[in-house]
Amino acid sequence: MLADKDRIFRNIYGFHDSGLQAAIKRGSWDGTKFFIDQGQDWIINEVKASGLRGRGGAGFPTGLKWSFMPKNDPRPSYLVVNADESEPGSCKDREILRHDPQLLIEGMLIASFAMRAHTAFIYFRGEYIRERERFQRSVDEAYAAKLIGKGNVHGWDLDIVVHHGGGAYICGEESALIESIEGKKGQPRLKPPFPAGCGLYGAPTTVNNVESIAVVPDILRRGATWFAALGKPNNTGTKLFQVSGHVNKPCVVEEEMGIPLKELLEKHAGGVRGGWSNLLAVIPGGSSVPCLTFDVCEDITMDFDALSKAKSGLGTAAVIVMDKSTDIIKAIARLSYFYKHESCGQCTPCREGCGWMWRVMERMVKGEARKSEIDLLWDVSKQVEGHTICALGDAAAWPVQGLIRNFRDVMEARIDAHDKAARQAAE
Amino acid sequence: MAVRRLHPDQPPSFAFSPENLAWAKETIAKYPPGKEASAVLPVLWRAQEQNDGWLPEPAIRYVAEMLGMAYIRVYEVATFYTMFQLAPVGKKAHVQVCGTTPCMLRGAEDLIKVCKSKINHEPHHLSADGDFSWEEVECLGSCANAPMVQIFKDTYEDLTPELFEKLLEGFAKGNPPKPGSMIGRTASCPEGGLTSLTDPALFDGSGIGAWKKRFAETTGAAPDAKAPAASAPATPAAVPAAPVTKENLAAEAASGAVAAARGTAAGKRPKE
Repeated sequence: MLADKDRIFRNIYGFHDSGLQAAIKRGSWDGTKFFIDQGQDWIINEVKASGLRGRGGAGFPTGLKWSFMPKNDPRPSYLVVNADESEPGSCKDREILRHDPQLLIEGMLIASFAMRAHTAFIYFRGEYIRERERFQRSVDEAYAAKLIGKGNVHGWDLDIVVHHGGGAYICGEESALIESIEGKKGQPRLKPPFPAGCGLYGAPTTVNNVESIAVVPDILRRGATWFAALGKPNNTGTKLFQVSGHVNKPCVVEEEMGIPLKELLEKHAGGVRGGWSNLLAVIPGGSSVPCLTFDVCEDITMDFDALSKAKSGLGTAAVIVMDKSTDIIKAIARLSYFYKHESCGQCTPCREGCGWMWRVMERMVKGEARKSEIDLLWDVSKQVEGHTICALGDAAAWPVQGLIRNFRDVMEARIDAHDKAARQAAE
Repeated sequence: MAVRRLHPDQPPSFAFSPENLAWAKETIAKYPPGKEASAVLPVLWRAQEQNDGWLPEPAIRYVAEMLGMAYIRVYEVATFYTMFQLAPVGKKAHVQVCGTTPCMLRGAEDLIKVCKSKINHEPHHLSADGDFSWEEVECLGSCANAPMVQIFKDTYEDLTPELFEKLLEGFAKGNPPKPGSMIGRTASCPEGGLTSLTDPALFDGSGIGAWKKRFAETTGAAPDAKAPAASAPATPAAVPAAPVTKENLAAEAASGAVAAARGTAAGKRPKE
């Protein structure tokens, strides 16, 4: 278990004041000027050496991403922080935004300096209204204390613009987010060009998750080697885990990467409702990743590599726990409805396929289907996966694939039961 | 995709109040010259707030004109983003029930049943007295406090059907409970108490400056000699008091005022 002294987010539950002075007392803005004085390359190398992988779901190395920004470009550079937290199960960024905002603002200054940006945008999901209002007050506090803004004490001018969306999941995809800031529908762009070459307003842009940026100041303060020593090789550092569903005490908690799932649930979330043996399945990384069965949950660890080896993913580390009372087909069908609702409609396989998968899944819930349709459903999910501009198509396909791979017997039994009931009704 | 259409009964016109107009101008000025369209979401949102929580067609035209955008571009934004309500909503509360799997697992379907019986059988329809309306929405990002609803700006979490009915009664009487967890939890802390963050040394300021020692040891550099001002600005005494802001709309208006006081700091983009 992670020791308290190694935790980065010290006010994650908001028991303490989220204001600037209290944040400084907890260690924010400590030595920021010194780190900036070390130069861009030093910062990027520290972040690279820490092994930090992006916390928004894909797990791309953050330092490497920053290094893609051009060094001598006549266009302005932009940092965009992705606070469009919408992945079902995810609720970690919300806690940073409302309870530890100064860590994020400090991280935004350091990251903007590292990629030579004088303007940073933060894109809140539309529903986080109170969080946005509170964050704006924190930004104003930082301006007033001359920590950011023009002619600030750190010697790197930075303006922070707080922007918000309008309730579209797809705007969490970086190019859709950029489109949305530009005032358009949030429909993802084709890549290349990647945002580092041509992003917001056609200028070099890097989009990072809230948590990725908020951990950077502490990585510099405590050292890349400290961060890299936590967790497992290639899966370093601490991570905010979010446990929801059928546990006794759902919560958000900062833990070491690679913590065993069972330990996470039992130490922090009060264990599975009805005891460990009552566990049916776990979705370990937000709705987009395939579910894990009980056998796998026993000794799986919570990190990118272990979960991808188990044909799932760490995603945003949003752990959705389902006990044996769960109708697993219905739980996944609800996710299919989510993706159908949130598809932006740009690519045909996703726009049509998500609705198609949802409608078939609704029949599967009732058992009103033929068993051959399970294979058809699998086939359609494969036609959606990998055939769209962004990863929403993949995200819609994977939960369905996870269901078929792990719970095909449940689906078949449902169909059998429905057939039997229909036969009896006919007789 | 969701099918979204404009409401058949529309008001004849729309215009911002003087306060909202001033706010809109400040908001537009936050974005680079020529990029006024960037303000479309915040400005439309403010229009919705002014119009009792729903966005009428004349407001779409008004915002298009204000931002120099084609009407169709604003129309497609208004219909694409599902937080724009295209039909009138309840005067006292528009209840958005999160129905996605994490909330569903913890009983969101029972909350929807309450909505159907207490408000209207159909979502996006007003209750008989016009005070309430409801809809099922997708994940609102409070999964560790499921099930939950959002009413206007606030979230009400850790609900049961009974607590939810009481909440609706509170809104009907005009004295809703304090937002957040309805069972007394603090944010997403595990129920019953902390499992982490109990070390008092995290909060007494004793760790401040520890990086200097580490830096000197690992690199041989002496941070203080190199950058004497390194931590000076971060001492609490040197930090001016935060601007006092009021809740809700006033908070945002005030933050705009702060930007103005900074000498249009937010209004001009660096040319680099």
